[in-house]
Amino acid sequence: MNIDKLQFTQFGNRAILILWEDKMDVNILSEILYVKKNIEEIKLKEIVEVNNTYNSLIINYVFAINNIYDEISVLKDLLKKANIDKIYEGSKYILPVCYHEKFSLDLEEVCAQKKLEVEEFISTHTTPIYTLYFMGFLPGFLYLGGLPKSLQISRKKTPRLRVEKGSVGIGEKQTGIYPQISAGGWQIIGNCPLTLFDASLKKPTLFSAGDQIKFKAVSLEEHQDILNKIEWGKYQFEKVKEWE
Amino acid sequence: MGVKVIEKGLLTSIQDKGRFGYAQLGVSQGGAMDRYSAKIANLLVGNEAFKAVMEVTLLGPLLEFTKDAFIVLVGIEANIRLNGNEISLLKPFKVKKGDRLHIKQITKGARLYLAIFGGFQTEVRLESRSQFYPVTKASSIQKGELIPISENEGLKLVDFASVKYKNKELTSSVIEVFKGPEWDQVPSVLQEQILSTELTISKNNSRMAYQLQEQFPNTLAGMLSQPVLPGTVQFTPDGNLIILMRDSQTTGGYPRIFQLTEDSINVLAQKRQGDSLQLKLIDED
Repeated sequence: MNIDKLQFTQFGNRAILILWEDKMDVNILSEILYVKKNIEEIKLKEIVEVNNTYNSLIINYVFAINNIYDEISVLKDLLKKANIDKIYEGSKYILPVCYHEKFSLDLEEVCAQKKLEVEEFISTHTTPIYTLYFMGFLPGFLYLGGLPKSLQISRKKTPRLRVEKGSVGIGEKQTGIYPQISAGGWQIIGNCPLTLFDASLKKPTLFSAGDQIKFKAVSLEEHQDILNKIEWGKYQFEKVKEWE
Repeated sequence: MGVKVIEKGLLTSIQDKGRFGYAQLGVSQGGAMDRYSAKIANLLVGNEAFKAVMEVTLLGPLLEFTKDAFIVLVGIEANIRLNGNEISLLKPFKVKKGDRLHIKQITKGARLYLAIFGGFQTEVRLESRSQFYPVTKASSIQKGELIPISENEGLKLVDFASVKYKNKELTSSVIEVFKGPEWDQVPSVLQEQILSTELTISKNNSRMAYQLQEQFPNTLAGMLSQPVLPGTVQFTPDGNLIILMRDSQTTGGYPRIFQLTEDSINVLAQKRQGDSLQLKLIDED
């Protein structure tokens, strides 16, 4: 593969960063995930963990890297020869969101600022196919890109000390779901009843970077119904093969 | 059978070397804040370096043993009692069923490690026993809890003389750092200012991060969320320096101006509010 335009840099003596152009873009993400997959499959001498964000990839080493410049050229050589052609296409999920005022603490204010009716907001938020760029901030917190410009809004000036589990938020160009109770600064516009992270499971989350997600609006009753189903182990995540 | 928590102390948790390979799920590395002291504690009771130990912060717990055990306490300086009698650090000893161990106060440093032969046997989650909510049920031990320990009390003979605890290095005020990915964006006058200022640990210090008291004018441009690590120094828009520690997030949106060495993370883990430090850039040429 062609790696000439990528920037390799050291990050302390136990990590190497690979940087792409400074923007949120699905084409950049697929390149990153391609390189990530290659590094995961390459046999490096050391044990590493690889993680990505919007425009960068970090390669963490368990031990200090002896000579960082040598290691970077080893990586570059391996990547030049890499020829994995199968890119992760991403699974497609539909996640229920309840926009009822019980949960959507900031919806009214967001609508006022963006000059939208609540109904308009909901239909705009449930229209796009969002891309999961990465998980971070909290275990299982999904950073979703693809938020329509008409809904983009800055974070709250003062973060809330307590945001409820499942809260759906908007922060700048991103939307996401708080997987647990936490402090948080995003504008809260709804609630997703699903459990997104469960460390007692071998696979604590279904999701991985590159997945596609669509929201569907549910009523307060449906939201409660889903919670009940989850409690009895009777809820199945809604996964689709193709978007209609 | 194990160790009963009569009083839990300020912040006491079970820690091992933490989780590696779960950053993609947003799960931090975690593990003992001062890995070095935790390792020494394990070696002193004849364990492998990273068996689960108990990490004590400033004011310690009162514990009761429900079975005999072989233990050691490692830290810089502390006031510890076994059934009312004073106990020294770094000297492994045997406790009997019914003994009460009270780690009253850490008098120098900030963290102390209690290692037990065979290690604490709490639940393994994502390949580690390190407590971190919501990966584990709680982030610290709870009053009344019975913490399981190894059935085998094995009293292995350890060559204590070969295990040397470098507490002088551990109390150093010099924190060694590499340049962070955004360091070059910091104007050179400010670079010099940050490196020449004696910095102070603020009251906001935890297993997640240590914020420093001093503030510096920050004119750096905002950026997209980027990977961060334990030991990353973030420079916030309001001019604060935040040093991420073992339970840090995996990504963050503030410029990363330094990265601490592994040894310096251990040194910092032994500092408390009001302690001062001096950053020293490692010369890589």
